[in-house]
Amino acid sequence: MKAHAVSSSSEEHRSPIRLARPKGPCSVTPFRHAPTASAKVSLDGICLNYKVNGGRHLLALDDINLQVQPGEFLCIVGPSGCGKSTLLHLIAGLQRSTSGTVKVDGKLVEGPGTDRILIFQELGLFPWLTVGQNVEFGMKMKGISKTERREKIRYYLRLVHLSQFEDSYTHQLSGGMRQRVALARALATEPDVLLMDEPFAALDAQTRDLLHDELERIWAETGRTIIFVTHNVREAVRLGGRVALFTFRPGRVKREFKIDLPRPRQLEDSSVARCAREILDDLREEINKSLEEEYGDGR
Amino acid sequence: MATAASLTMPSAAYGSAFLKRFLRKAIFYAVVIGLWALLAQLKVWPSYVFPTPRGVMGALWAGFADHSFWIAIRVSMRRMLLGYSLSVILGMILGLSIASNKFVEETLGGLLVSLQSLPSICWLPLAVLWFGLTEKAILFVVVMGSLLSVTIAMETGRKQMPKIYGMAGRNLGARGFPLFWHVLLPASLPYLISGLKQGWAFAWRSLISGEMIFVSLGLGQLLMMGRDLNDMSQVIAVMVLIIALGYAVDGLIFCNLERQLQRRWGLEQAS
Repeated sequence: MKAHAVSSSSEEHRSPIRLARPKGPCSVTPFRHAPTASAKVSLDGICLNYKVNGGRHLLALDDINLQVQPGEFLCIVGPSGCGKSTLLHLIAGLQRSTSGTVKVDGKLVEGPGTDRILIFQELGLFPWLTVGQNVEFGMKMKGISKTERREKIRYYLRLVHLSQFEDSYTHQLSGGMRQRVALARALATEPDVLLMDEPFAALDAQTRDLLHDELERIWAETGRTIIFVTHNVREAVRLGGRVALFTFRPGRVKREFKIDLPRPRQLEDSSVARCAREILDDLREEINKSLEEEYGDGR
Repeated sequence: MATAASLTMPSAAYGSAFLKRFLRKAIFYAVVIGLWALLAQLKVWPSYVFPTPRGVMGALWAGFADHSFWIAIRVSMRRMLLGYSLSVILGMILGLSIASNKFVEETLGGLLVSLQSLPSICWLPLAVLWFGLTEKAILFVVVMGSLLSVTIAMETGRKQMPKIYGMAGRNLGARGFPLFWHVLLPASLPYLISGLKQGWAFAWRSLISGEMIFVSLGLGQLLMMGRDLNDMSQVIAVMVLIIALGYAVDGLIFCNLERQLQRRWGLEQAS
């Protein structure tokens, strides 16, 4: 049975952000948002079929229904191979779903657009451009005037603490700095929705902590809607206002969790750990499923 | 990780290594020329068959002094630039369409690969019949000489280029020509550059052989004139000139471009 099919009472529907909390700050809330007109991003019945060799089909995403409110910080967690990155590509308009619709501000997504920018796991910074030119790229494509571009490059590089590196090339920077360039490049086009695909997976712990703080601060300052994909539950709880847990192949929304912990949070907070624990119990089941599939069912 | 400090390599150690390499080369060429002079001195063959280094130097000097070499260089270089630019533009369009369309790849792509086995000078009779004894005929041969290298390089460059750049470009709102110009082209340049280099070398060969058959100024014609006049010194002088020019373009322009690309793209390896 699909988790989101368990409907909750109609009171809860009325205000999707503030749900009743049955126990503790991290409430396990199996609910489904009614599609509201105010939703920033709304995914309805998204299915994705892959053709794999031999004419077989692989169901990657199965009936995904998610509503993301303006200014919300939604984290998506799931075992690897659950299609969570693919979902971001669908929202970004870089890929098409087999069925279902993606809407941003009530408008159907039919291709890439600068109202939603995806930060790729592998970043995709342009090595032939300087840091400043990378940040400028999206604005240039949008046709923003040169003086305004200059101003914004300066602003966003300051926001990610990279002002001194405007003229460096990206391969001269460290991993964490490159990550911040990608963030600045995405923010500079001033998208309403920021899509982040495991952006901090390859970083060392200290740099990641630092970037968590910065992302939280930037999110608070700019009020952007963020959809953040990760396989790290703790990271999801540390950052997200809501966490959606995906099942292993086919990817479905197994359950959603409200995270009502006060901000700013830290990865080491015991409350964060407790919440993560709760979600992890659910996730472990999915990870086991993925392991079974990978290593056979002999045991 | 490359830092700003390691990018500015030329230190004392680097300089002395360069000097050593230069000295080794200088000694090698001095020995070659010395042996040549010695052999010529022995007069085993008459001097119209085997000229002395001094005679060749004299021919070079005379050629530059009476401007005939300058004129030939200018004419040949103009043809090269025109023909080569044409084939770069055409090659890029062809290569891109082959890389992006399965049908074109299977049909036109296959034909182009099979055409590669045809020496470009074989196009000269056709070109002469089509265009007559004009500049166009020579240009045609030059274009046919380098077009295939550029096309194939563009095709493989477009295919080997990491997909992420195209996606990132589209994600940031680039499409159509801006996407090609600002993202796909620079992203595939490191893969393209060796093809551009090869294209230049092929164009150069086609041009010289075209000019040799086809009487109309240029370095190839100077070479044939040397033969007609039985002037072995001039023949060798022009050969030296052709080698020097080809080497200069390859060694100075393309190698520099390649190195700069690698540095900017962060592909530089410790040498």
